[in-house]
Amino acid sequence: MSVAIEARDLVKAYPAPNKNKPGRNKKARISALDGLSLTVPRGAIFALLGPNGAGKTTAVKVLTTLARPDSGGASVEGIDVLASPARARRAIGVVAQRSGADPTATGRENLVLQGHMYGLPTKHAKDRAGELLAHFHLEGAADRFVKTYSGGMQRRLDVALGLVHRPTVLFLDEPTTGLDPESRTAMWREIARLASADSMTVLLTTHYLEEADRLAHRVAIVDDGKIVATGEPGQLKDELKGDVVQVELPARPSERAVRDTLADVPGIRDILVAGDDGGSGRKTYVSARSDDGAAAVPAVLAALAAAGLPAASVTVARPSLDEVYLRYTGRRYSEQAEADAR
Amino acid sequence: MTTLTYPERSLLTAPGPLSDTWFLTGRKLHALIRQPWVLAFSVIQPAIWLFLFGDLFHKIIDIPGFGYQGSYLAYLVPGIVAMNAMSGNMWAGMSMIEEIERGTLNRLLVTPASRLAIMNASVAEQAVSTTVQTLIIVFLGMAGGASYPGGPAGVAVMTVASILVGVLWGALSNMTGMLLRSREAIIGVYTFFMLPLIFLSSAFIKPSFMPGWMQAIASRNPLNWEVQIGRAALSASPDWAGIALRSGGLLLLAIGCVAISVTTFRAYAKNV
Repeated sequence: MSVAIEARDLVKAYPAPNKNKPGRNKKARISALDGLSLTVPRGAIFALLGPNGAGKTTAVKVLTTLARPDSGGASVEGIDVLASPARARRAIGVVAQRSGADPTATGRENLVLQGHMYGLPTKHAKDRAGELLAHFHLEGAADRFVKTYSGGMQRRLDVALGLVHRPTVLFLDEPTTGLDPESRTAMWREIARLASADSMTVLLTTHYLEEADRLAHRVAIVDDGKIVATGEPGQLKDELKGDVVQVELPARPSERAVRDTLADVPGIRDILVAGDDGGSGRKTYVSARSDDGAAAVPAVLAALAAAGLPAASVTVARPSLDEVYLRYTGRRYSEQAEADAR
Repeated sequence: MTTLTYPERSLLTAPGPLSDTWFLTGRKLHALIRQPWVLAFSVIQPAIWLFLFGDLFHKIIDIPGFGYQGSYLAYLVPGIVAMNAMSGNMWAGMSMIEEIERGTLNRLLVTPASRLAIMNASVAEQAVSTTVQTLIIVFLGMAGGASYPGGPAGVAVMTVASILVGVLWGALSNMTGMLLRSREAIIGVYTFFMLPLIFLSSAFIKPSFMPGWMQAIASRNPLNWEVQIGRAALSASPDWAGIALRSGGLLLLAIGCVAISVTTFRAYAKNV
């Protein structure tokens, strides 16, 4: 296996923002990376999956020569990004979370300037810009100011900017955040195409489980600045043997009551209870794991009914990356995403 | 979708700071040309100072020993030029912050583009806008009745001095913007330095009319050097030795400030 991207024990902390808080330690620092290591084989699509603040973006900034870590090392295509950043920059393409395209210039001007920054002669920079504009369906808007672009168009231009110099390694920081479902699907298709047809190595960060599951050959789950699990999506899911049984209750019994009821059902483990007092009425979602989900369903329903908790619905599913995330971080991914949104 | 053919890798030459500066300056000037009214608006405040002070204090000319062509407005022109060069470019850090927030700076920093070129482009833009503004003030002064015995050569020398002051403050402002990434900090720097430096110079009054301690500070104030260069260059018999000395001082300071501002990219990489 030849390696395209490697990070070794990256550590980085930022000064804590201590505005308007006298008495707080001025030296206080917030840890962003806490010993993050990863290896990406050449030609793979590799997803860094984790909630906001997990350290995904900081990891990308270090790997793309933008930020210097406090300690640790990193290389891209065998080039040490700390010792030879200038060489590393020629090998990589970067599509950051924030666009970076100049809104007061046209799409074409942005692309031509980007070509110049990589040393393309003007004629070639223009040809290349035209080619990328056509490829990303931006020909009609090529000579309009970028500030008039829709979100999806702007994101396509961002990816085009990252591809101008034909990098062999592409970094995509949350490429589909904020896109509508249609644009997201199109972006997924393009990312998959880049990896297969153009044999590019792609490292993308995402907080969408579905994105990592559908797109990536390998997934690394990032939590608190470290990678807590890594593997192929299927392999990670297989490590969680058995099925997930999910039951919806049209009431809000105590968590303890549910747990006590299901504790005696044979083969049931890892019980999780989540309440919902939302607009659609009071509900409780119970999920548990079992080696044979289908066989466990009748016993689960019977136990609940006997305890006066009839179920509204029941599903049996293979474990998703959500369960993988839960197992390695102790938190449910959707809960984490909600906490982030608050 | 069309197939991408990609440029040959051999075409990717090693770009140098010079060609990077050229292309990045082109980007900045394009943006400037597309919003010419921004330049025009920026001259409104200096124009108000010119005519307001020129008229309000026109009797200053009558103080024995003041003289100066019998026109206080003419006396003010080099002072207002200096003030504009400083105040206009002190906001350079604002556009730096905007480029950081938008992600444009980071996009350039992950390309092989020369760091020096990124700062140079900012300097070149400041030079162009300061030149335009200086010339507008010169023409406004003429419209108000000022005459310039030093002629076009004198105006050119004053313009160069104003560019140097603009570059100096632009670099300091960029540095503040990049290190602190706070608009408040830039406004703070502006309000802290602007009026003291202006009034501790000969922009409004002859140094010989100042108290001794003010004269001592003014002689070390780079903004005052520019006022003195401009006033000397516009006079009928310029003191070229003094002009050369003070211009040399401004040039060294400007180069120093740009050099320091380039090194702030290192500090930026630590905290980005």
